[in-house]
Amino acid sequence: MSANFDLHDLSVFDLAARLAGGQVSSVEVTQHFLKRVKNEQLGAFLAVDADVSLAQAKAADVRLAAGERTPLLGVPLAHKDVFVTRDFPTTAGSKMLENYRSPFDATVVNKLGIGPGGAGMVTLGKLNCDEFAMGSGNENSAYLPAKNPWDLSRIPGGSSGGSAAAVAARLIPAATGTDTGGSIRQPASLTGITGIKPTYGRCSRYGMVAFASSLDQAGPMARSALDCALLLSAMAGPDLDRDSTSLDLPVIDYATDLIAAYARNQGAAAPKYPLKGLKIGLPRQFFGAGCAADVLQAVRAALAEYEKLGATLVDVDLPLTELSIPVYYVIAPAEASSNLSRFDGVRYGHRAANYTDLNDMYKKSRSEGFGDEATRRIMIGTYVLSHGYYDAYYLKAQKIRRLIAQDFQKAFTQCDIIAGPVSPTVAWKIGENKADPVANYLADIYTLSSSLAGLPGMSVPAGFATSPAGGGMPVGLQLIGNYFKEAQLLGAAHDFQMATDWHMRQPGGSV
Amino acid sequence: MSTATSLLVQGYEVVIGFETHTQLTTQSKLFSRASTSFGAEPNTHASAVDFALPGALPVMNKGAVQRAIEFGLAVNGHIAESSVFARKNYFYPDLPKGYQISQYEIPVVQGGVVEFFLEGEKKTVRLVRAHLEEDAGKSLHEDFVGMSGIDLNRAGTPLLEIVTEPDMRSSAEAVAYARELHKIVTWIGICDGNMQEGSFRCDANVSVRKPGAALGTRREIKNLNSFKFMQQAMDYEIRWQIEQLEDGHAIQQATVLFDPDTGETRSMRTKEDAADYRYFPDPDLPPLVIGRDWVEKTRSEMAELPRAMAVRFVNDYCLSEADGNLLTTEKHTAEFFDAAMREVLNEEGSTGVRHAQGVANWLNGDIAARMKKSGISDIRKIPLTAWHVVTLVRRIADGTISGKIAKDKVIPAIWDGRLTSALAVDDVIKRERLKQMSDSGELEKIIDYVLAANAKNVEEIKAGNSKAMNALVGQAMKATQGKANPAQVNALLKQKIG
Repeated sequence: MSANFDLHDLSVFDLAARLAGGQVSSVEVTQHFLKRVKNEQLGAFLAVDADVSLAQAKAADVRLAAGERTPLLGVPLAHKDVFVTRDFPTTAGSKMLENYRSPFDATVVNKLGIGPGGAGMVTLGKLNCDEFAMGSGNENSAYLPAKNPWDLSRIPGGSSGGSAAAVAARLIPAATGTDTGGSIRQPASLTGITGIKPTYGRCSRYGMVAFASSLDQAGPMARSALDCALLLSAMAGPDLDRDSTSLDLPVIDYATDLIAAYARNQGAAAPKYPLKGLKIGLPRQFFGAGCAADVLQAVRAALAEYEKLGATLVDVDLPLTELSIPVYYVIAPAEASSNLSRFDGVRYGHRAANYTDLNDMYKKSRSEGFGDEATRRIMIGTYVLSHGYYDAYYLKAQKIRRLIAQDFQKAFTQCDIIAGPVSPTVAWKIGENKADPVANYLADIYTLSSSLAGLPGMSVPAGFATSPAGGGMPVGLQLIGNYFKEAQLLGAAHDFQMATDWHMRQPGGSV
Repeated sequence: MSTATSLLVQGYEVVIGFETHTQLTTQSKLFSRASTSFGAEPNTHASAVDFALPGALPVMNKGAVQRAIEFGLAVNGHIAESSVFARKNYFYPDLPKGYQISQYEIPVVQGGVVEFFLEGEKKTVRLVRAHLEEDAGKSLHEDFVGMSGIDLNRAGTPLLEIVTEPDMRSSAEAVAYARELHKIVTWIGICDGNMQEGSFRCDANVSVRKPGAALGTRREIKNLNSFKFMQQAMDYEIRWQIEQLEDGHAIQQATVLFDPDTGETRSMRTKEDAADYRYFPDPDLPPLVIGRDWVEKTRSEMAELPRAMAVRFVNDYCLSEADGNLLTTEKHTAEFFDAAMREVLNEEGSTGVRHAQGVANWLNGDIAARMKKSGISDIRKIPLTAWHVVTLVRRIADGTISGKIAKDKVIPAIWDGRLTSALAVDDVIKRERLKQMSDSGELEKIIDYVLAANAKNVEEIKAGNSKAMNALVGQAMKATQGKANPAQVNALLKQKIG
């Protein structure tokens, strides 16, 4: 193998094939990516440990040499820093957990990892994110401000901003992310990569530092739908002994059909309309004035491509879309305010150096440990759960949440998949929205409603915003499926990616 | 409920409601797999869930639900098809998550009644609810100078909190309720009932009012963990409240603690400092769904309850209500009695019922006393079997031995370990030569000897002193080593003295 061969240009699927074919070893692949990670200027990584990663790569090589041929064996990835890991510190982007080391691995980490029963992937480190996954720009990280490899003056999106930046810059072939209100889809869209948030409960939440329990969901972020399918097949599955909200549904192989579709697309017998019969619903609320024109343009062009592939576009109505913002920003902070109570300085995490009594210790430790956005959400959440406000805020929000879910079910009687933009804008400039939390909240408008409904959704690279404001930044197309229909979403994205090359584009000279 | 029988204290009616935290007998905690056993080194029985480490999630222990269902059935409550776990949010170092998982709006057991007798009168206390919740850890203040230690071994231990209506009208009634509840939960085995270890902790809500008036303001006495303190605490509190009212002071709603050293209650916090717990459904736990089949399966497998058993003893074995109640105070004693009676009925058919009173008397009398003296609380641990007791009663009935021989010779031979408990009662009688003298010729010789040796007594009897007769019977019994039939001795003496 030539030393100049760009291993980092290979997809997860291609890397795995080369590893399985013996053309390259996991140690070589790992060393290659570690070198890129070491030199990265994006603030994507919060923790790296070459010794740990290389030891894992050696273990993968032993398994490869023994003849094991599993789809991800020896391929490197990195985890969003909200997944707890034994081999790396876990901070969740917060000072509160500076240097925190978990005594156990998250279920998703175990399922993907080199340990017994795992898919055999090599962990390269931990990825930057907004503090406790709260944010849309990665600007709420207590550590580095992660940058967008397409334009280093812009945010990579959030909260899984480090994951998105690292995959887009080809520092790693794939990453895990978590999505509470769009935290996989939005950064994927803003960095031109592919990401899927599965149905709530599809992946175990055990070992994910909780933000909003009823919304948090893990998912893969990679360059293509096929790579996401490979990872999701390994990540998903019931974990009823550890997570009561995980779905008791069998593990699905999402990748085999997509791989078969490659073969199907070769030669004379290739179907002209592979998506014939697929009805794509376009909620008019997703195509209104709130969305930047060049974003809409890219999204419409992608939908036109879908029509070319045989899909039909139908108009659907999601009338409560706008309410998803206040509903989400009541429910998520309510749950967060309670979930973050455990960070009290008593057993682990940040404790103030000086305090006079127990209450003083709580106040100082928490004030020092939490950043502004976490503090803001704890306060909002505490307020909406308070006696006398509970009915007006939390309970009402839960009622509207049910109505939002019902609206989706109505829409799904008219279509198979719902599509639209992921984000109303492209990645904004670092610092641009920092003083205005509400502007950040509004940027979640297209992702919140499906999160509230617990539906699977993904972001597929769909082109670039060409206006001066758009700055040539990537635009993602959002696909929302009905419950448990991840395979359908991945299939629709895969057919699109076989016909387009947006997902193959890469930022230049950023690393 | 029982207002008709209210006892007024200085013209006030007492109103008491109870909240009882019963620790369930599961091996592991309510939401983690850590052990619930008592007395381990601090923080050795706690898992990632109990330490509330980042990423740890609760998973319901079905055994705790099973026990809640059993309790609901035992008190005739409604088992909710779907109940909801909620978070009760507050900060305290022994509450690692910063919230307690409890049930708030929809508890697993709704309604139900506890029935018991107080001085021969039947009382019924209505339950509002019983809900599952996790216990907190413990703060250790003694061993650390200027600091507190935290032990999370108890954190997450499953509790069933049982809440009554304010149905009790005296401290005696409230203690009787607590005793009955204690009996029920230990009887069905959902709680070990160990009050010293905190497995059964009562909070008493006490208020007083003039008859017919609206409910008075209540004060809650927390953590009463002995029946004795319970009564003392309520009596003190009742007197205190009446004094306050008589002095023209209003009662402030408050939580109070009982100090056994001073015998007084003192206020911990008033309503003004009450925290806002911000209850909301725990999003980590789906609603607890209990299918009818689970309830019915539990019902079919449940042991007979003490009330039902007492009624059966009265009806089937012709015991008095009092003996029926006494025998069913404790489950294993009741089962011992029941097993003994089944043996008799098996052997003798329905005529065996005549032995019931005898068996009951031995269990409630001599055997209970011996257990107490030997420090045995569980009848299953005594050296006697049901068969021993049955045979003993029958041998007394058929005149083979006297009750006194049974008590002084047969039982001690086995109880004190001189003879193995594998021996049947008949073998003990044989080996120890305890059979009553039935040969009147031999007995006559002994009587003659006693009469000769006690001529003075004989004179006294003849002179009309009947007390001297007792002394002669005693002498005769002594001479026969207790093996003579006292009635027969009496008759022979009378006959000979003339």
